[in-house]
Amino acid sequence: MTLSRDQVRHVALLARLGLKDGEEDFYAEQLSHILEHIDRLGQVDTEAIPPTAQVVEMRNVMRDDVIQPSLTQEEALANAPEARDGFFVVKAIQDADPG
Amino acid sequence: MSVDTKTDWEAVIGMEVHVQLATRSKMFCGCSTDYLGQPPNTHTCPVCLGLPGSLPVINRRAVELLLTSAMALNCEVQEFTKFDRKNYFYPDLPKGYQVSQYDLPMSRHGWIEVGGKRVRITRVHLEEDTGKLVHAGDALQSAETSFVDLNRSGTPLMEIVSEPDLRSATEARDFAVELRALLRTIGASEADMEKGHLRAEANVSIRPHGSDELGVKTELKNINSFRALQRAVDFELRRQAEVLESGGKVVQETRGWSEPEQRTFSQRTKEFAQDYRYFPEPDLPPLSFERAHLDALAKELPELPAARRARLVARHGLSAYDAALLTAEAELATLFEQVVGHGAEAKPAANWIIGEILPAYSGSLPAAGGFAALVKGIAAGTFNREQGRTILGRLLDGAGFEEASAGLSQLSDQGELAAIVDRVLVENPKIVADYRANPSAIGPLVGLVMKASGGTANPGLARELLKDRLDR
Amino acid sequence: MSEELTHATIAELHGRLRRKEVSAVELLEAHEKRIDAVDGEVKAYLRRTPELARRQAEEADRRLAAGDHGVHPLTGIPVAIKDVFCTKDVETTAGSRILAGFKPPYDATAVARLREAGAVFLGMTNCDEFAMGSSTENSGYWPTHNPWDSTRVPGGSSGGSAAAVAAGEAVFSIGSDTGGSIRQPAALTGTVGFKGTYGRVSRHGLIAFASSLDHVGPFTRSIDDCATVLGTLAGHDPLDSTCFDRPLDLSTLNDGVKGLKLGLPREYFEVAGMEEGVKRSIAEAIDVLKEAGAELVEVSLPHTDYGLAAYYIVAPAECSSNLARYDGVRYGLSDPKAETVLENYLNTRREGFGAEVRRRLMLGTYALSSGYYDAYYLKAMKVRTLIKRDFDEAFQKCDAIVSATSPTVAFKIGEKTGDPLAMYLCDVLTLGADLAGLPGLSLPSRAEDGLPVGLQVISPQFREDLALQVGRAYEMASGVLAEVAPL
Repeated sequence: MTLSRDQVRHVALLARLGLKDGEEDFYAEQLSHILEHIDRLGQVDTEAIPPTAQVVEMRNVMRDDVIQPSLTQEEALANAPEARDGFFVVKAIQDADPG
Repeated sequence: MSVDTKTDWEAVIGMEVHVQLATRSKMFCGCSTDYLGQPPNTHTCPVCLGLPGSLPVINRRAVELLLTSAMALNCEVQEFTKFDRKNYFYPDLPKGYQVSQYDLPMSRHGWIEVGGKRVRITRVHLEEDTGKLVHAGDALQSAETSFVDLNRSGTPLMEIVSEPDLRSATEARDFAVELRALLRTIGASEADMEKGHLRAEANVSIRPHGSDELGVKTELKNINSFRALQRAVDFELRRQAEVLESGGKVVQETRGWSEPEQRTFSQRTKEFAQDYRYFPEPDLPPLSFERAHLDALAKELPELPAARRARLVARHGLSAYDAALLTAEAELATLFEQVVGHGAEAKPAANWIIGEILPAYSGSLPAAGGFAALVKGIAAGTFNREQGRTILGRLLDGAGFEEASAGLSQLSDQGELAAIVDRVLVENPKIVADYRANPSAIGPLVGLVMKASGGTANPGLARELLKDRLDR
Repeated sequence: MSEELTHATIAELHGRLRRKEVSAVELLEAHEKRIDAVDGEVKAYLRRTPELARRQAEEADRRLAAGDHGVHPLTGIPVAIKDVFCTKDVETTAGSRILAGFKPPYDATAVARLREAGAVFLGMTNCDEFAMGSSTENSGYWPTHNPWDSTRVPGGSSGGSAAAVAAGEAVFSIGSDTGGSIRQPAALTGTVGFKGTYGRVSRHGLIAFASSLDHVGPFTRSIDDCATVLGTLAGHDPLDSTCFDRPLDLSTLNDGVKGLKLGLPREYFEVAGMEEGVKRSIAEAIDVLKEAGAELVEVSLPHTDYGLAAYYIVAPAECSSNLARYDGVRYGLSDPKAETVLENYLNTRREGFGAEVRRRLMLGTYALSSGYYDAYYLKAMKVRTLIKRDFDEAFQKCDAIVSATSPTVAFKIGEKTGDPLAMYLCDVLTLGADLAGLPGLSLPSRAEDGLPVGLQVISPQFREDLALQVGRAYEMASGVLAEVAPL
């Protein structure tokens, strides 16, 4: 499987990664090279094999509905690049979700 | 359909309802869910802020509330279920993914009865809520900056998806009302639309009557009340009919409801297909439910609104309409049954609850015993309606019945009341003359007697005495 | 005096602290001196925490003075922490520029347990950015150098933690292992590195790389120390739903290998790029174990050839989701000049992430994207099942598996940075144990030309005792011990 420049652009946007000049070609080539290796997975017959999402089998891990102390507003905002009146501040949102 | 357009269109409506579950702490952390009206970002921790290194832990109560809800909605609870990550970027989504359920939701294939008709439930699943974006006065689309409050982030949400079985705006509204009654009855949620506990989105399309095909749908959002839901769907049905009849095409999109303008507006066209890249949430082991546990939960289910409605009609002779009004607020139906249990008659009890308590109901109720004494007292003629209202007000403020009714009794003594009637007739010759010209105008004279008695007169008896004297 | 303090094991130092031959403050000062002397060359530490360390050492001395009964074996022992463990009020960046300045308001569970035990925190160690790499050259700050040859890498991603122990800059350290990030640097620096069963140590507060593969564990100078630290870190944590609640019994540590069956997986001895020197050292080590009474059996892990491919789908896919939170809103880097949210996302993540992280984010996003999920992610999860079954079957025939940890000794700085796949191949012998969630140990076998070689021991899930028992037996029988590099 090789990756085209268009696919690189699309994936970069999905991952919200800005690309630098020339990186479309760079990633198209590098990722294609890695995917070439990964394509060997196709040789394995996995027809009747269930997927493993978690490797140690556990079930029904839950906690009781008990309130624990929260951080203070000051602590919550302490690392924020920009905060105002107790809120995190973000820029205009209209284009936040082009897909 | 109730749209006055040229073609005979059929409305096809499916609902997606998000319900905040009534837990004390959040879905995956111990932060309190009691943040309404609190300063921003005061109910957060590393988990719901999405800080590096934080991990979710499932709130057992949220799972149980979902299971109970699913059972009440006649769903099949899945024996094996898991959480998945839904990946997308948005400033109110701190982790860049929402923990939700994708291919193995907790339950499927249920139904709810709405106005005598079964509406199929596709699935009910559990997920977490996002934070809130606040815009300084401006609309979302035009604000230069927005503000993020993560108090709501991570609150447990139940998503209920229906099949497109609803056929009118009224049915859509009734669906939401019925759902709310059901969820309140089982204690799964306060389900208050105004407070955002219950957020209904309607998927709306139309097609020519008799057609089997589905039209292009729009998804209606920002709906904050039952009335808004009905109006938004109604508006959208009309709009789609107009678009189609003028030769246009309905665009698949999300549309918001503008309360001030009473119309829907396009929010964003889905020109880019969403790609949520769902995959199993590696931080949470799956859940599986034993039959015995589910049976135990099912046993704890209280009587559901539909069954209760039927019982109120059958046992107490209420009209279906009154029974529906009472069961829409489970507590009112309970009060009704308690009052009847104290020996009050069913119909006046229902009338008093529906006429005097329901209109301004916001959660406070009179004690059943005192309220029953009041209903009985009115039936026995001990109090008139006005006095009854006064007593009810005092009962609602927490007074006992004795205290509430102290000094209040209806003047039903023939002699005393006759003296007042005679005085009123003497003092108001002009009104008496009006009555003689038009015998149906007795009301003002009754009012004068009531006034002269300081509100204590038995109005029925006063009317009788007045008629007796005037017609003699 | 000072070398006695900086080149010793936890067990030795604990004895000296209890006997009041040395104080925790003196032990700290010896380490600070050593770090001042050698870290200019090694560059193991990203940042040091001298005030915190001083307070902890003083507190440790109070605890030691209060009574020698019940004093935790780590009380007063200087430790280095990989920069991926959230440490309250101490800048923690996962080796990334995107988290520059981030001070967590909470401790990772591993950190909290060390704090409670009375360990003394020297600072945060360098690593590949978000633990993605095998050489520590992908750090967003600077590369760390191998204390045995400063022109070479210390391995990675926990290269700083490994180098600190190898250089006498900490008595022990903690790291994380997702594809080999503890064992491979342990091998390349001649230290003992171990990660237990997936979920043995809580991941709470560990800055996530790939959640279903991330393991926590120690670097030490002996198996005995390793057991001590693991015992401290391990145990159920209600804050990590994947951290299980089972007892860890290490009482058989010194029981030797007599009667144990050790599996030699054919495929692990035939991997491409295996150096002759490594082969020799491991063959010798296996002979030593045989001499000590172990029975050797050949086993097969037939899907070894697919491990790397499966790993490079699962790990990038999970990281593409785990790293979505670095969006410039609540912490870390942000672009003040961006005019829209999208622009801020794109710029922040372009400037904040290094090349390797960006590469994996692209790969993982692609593998999960619509139309490719089944071919890549689902397929990789199924192959993961097969890899786990390979181990299950092998453990029907043996108690533990023995192999080299890394096919090579430490390589030159810059040697593999231009070829991602070559770098990924460093983990070919370690990532199987991560995919299968198995305990994995690396301990020094005989060095080749002055460069350390690592012997790997893998044991069944929940059987950390077996891996450590084999490691301890080798240590005793061979006399090869983890040493501090002469700097």
